[in-house]
Amino acid sequence: MSVETTQPITEADLHAYADEQLPAERRVEVDAYLATHADEAARVQAWQRDNQALRSLLAPIVHEPIPVRMPLAPAPRVLRWRIAAMAASIAFVSAGTGWVARGTVDGQIPPAARVASTAEQPIPGFARRAAVAHVVYSPEVRRPVEVGADQEEQLVTWLSKRLGAPLKPPHLERIGYELIGGRLLPGEQGPVAQFMYHNAQGQRLTLYVTRELKQGSTTGFRFAQDGPVNVFYWIDGNFGYALSAGIDKSELARVATAVYDQLESR
Amino acid sequence: MHDTSAEIVACIPALRRYARGLTGNKDSADDLVQDTLERAWRRIARWQRRGDLRAWLFSILHNRFIDLVRSARATPEESSGEAEVTLPIRPTQNDMLEIRDLDAALARIPPDQREVLLLVAVEQMKYEEVALTLEIPLGTVMSRLSRARERLRTIMEGREVVSRLKVIK
Repeated sequence: MSVETTQPITEADLHAYADEQLPAERRVEVDAYLATHADEAARVQAWQRDNQALRSLLAPIVHEPIPVRMPLAPAPRVLRWRIAAMAASIAFVSAGTGWVARGTVDGQIPPAARVASTAEQPIPGFARRAAVAHVVYSPEVRRPVEVGADQEEQLVTWLSKRLGAPLKPPHLERIGYELIGGRLLPGEQGPVAQFMYHNAQGQRLTLYVTRELKQGSTTGFRFAQDGPVNVFYWIDGNFGYALSAGIDKSELARVATAVYDQLESR
Repeated sequence: MHDTSAEIVACIPALRRYARGLTGNKDSADDLVQDTLERAWRRIARWQRRGDLRAWLFSILHNRFIDLVRSARATPEESSGEAEVTLPIRPTQNDMLEIRDLDAALARIPPDQREVLLLVAVEQMKYEEVALTLEIPLGTVMSRLSRARERLRTIMEGREVVSRLKVIK
């Protein structure tokens, strides 16, 4: 394995070695070279230390909440068009929602669903943010939540403290959904909470809770669709709730009704 | 379109990290990222998966950063990347000083080299991806990387030499 039998080592090889971008065979050759060239080995090690130091220097930034001023969706011009399209579908759906709720939970129509207004209102920002948050976090394999359901007490204390109001994730085992846990997210101006659930088939569902709404605008269930994600949302006082999942409308309505019932009974 | 939106949002933390490394300043960095996102959302329909999304976003940020550097060139202090090693020099006593030193050293690496160094070291991009993002040949990526590292070593080791002299005295 003398060095002479291999391609001469270039400086580019040394950089690629430091950055772990060399193919395995070449890496072995550079290893052999560095074993006999102490100065070059020291240089490569210094580069690796610099890489590490730069990463540590900038690491905290990725954990900062995304500032409010960052646009998380296409700007108004495009959006207004989409809102108009959605408002049209809401008028259609909110009539349908009452039917779905009635058909699913016989006689237990939540008051909120009954008062569902057909007035065309723009989809509130929180429902859209909930859909985006669902798309971002629900496919997460290793860290879908910040605090798991196994530490539910901690989760409740933490999120209640951050949102400034008692907050408890509804229990949905009865209808086949188990709590995975929750996380804190940046809303429009402050913290919002997201709880995640899954069923036996691994289908995930998220409940987004915000307190950023103006008092007194209680609404019925409203439905919105954002790409593959269906969202049921409603406003109760200054709390806004949005339930998102890539499941069909009637199944989502069934879950929304169960969530509403639990929140109402507290 | 929908998946793309989520992917863009998912890239924001990394874009902010990169921008902070480039500018060394929270507000300028977020200005840069905000500007980048506004452009990305406007152009998203035209982008249509022509390539790697991360590279696309970083290249928008790169172009905005270059504009910023060019307009800053109007002021004499920043007109050359050659503002030599004249900053106050002191021995390292704790991590905070170390970090501030590294921050200061980074600021004294010329912008085009700083970009390559950060994309490789921090964003851990493959050299080919860096070439794509900055729209430069692979050979240029390697030479800028090499010069950035040499420069960083000179600055950091320059400090170490002085601190050692202080100890001897």
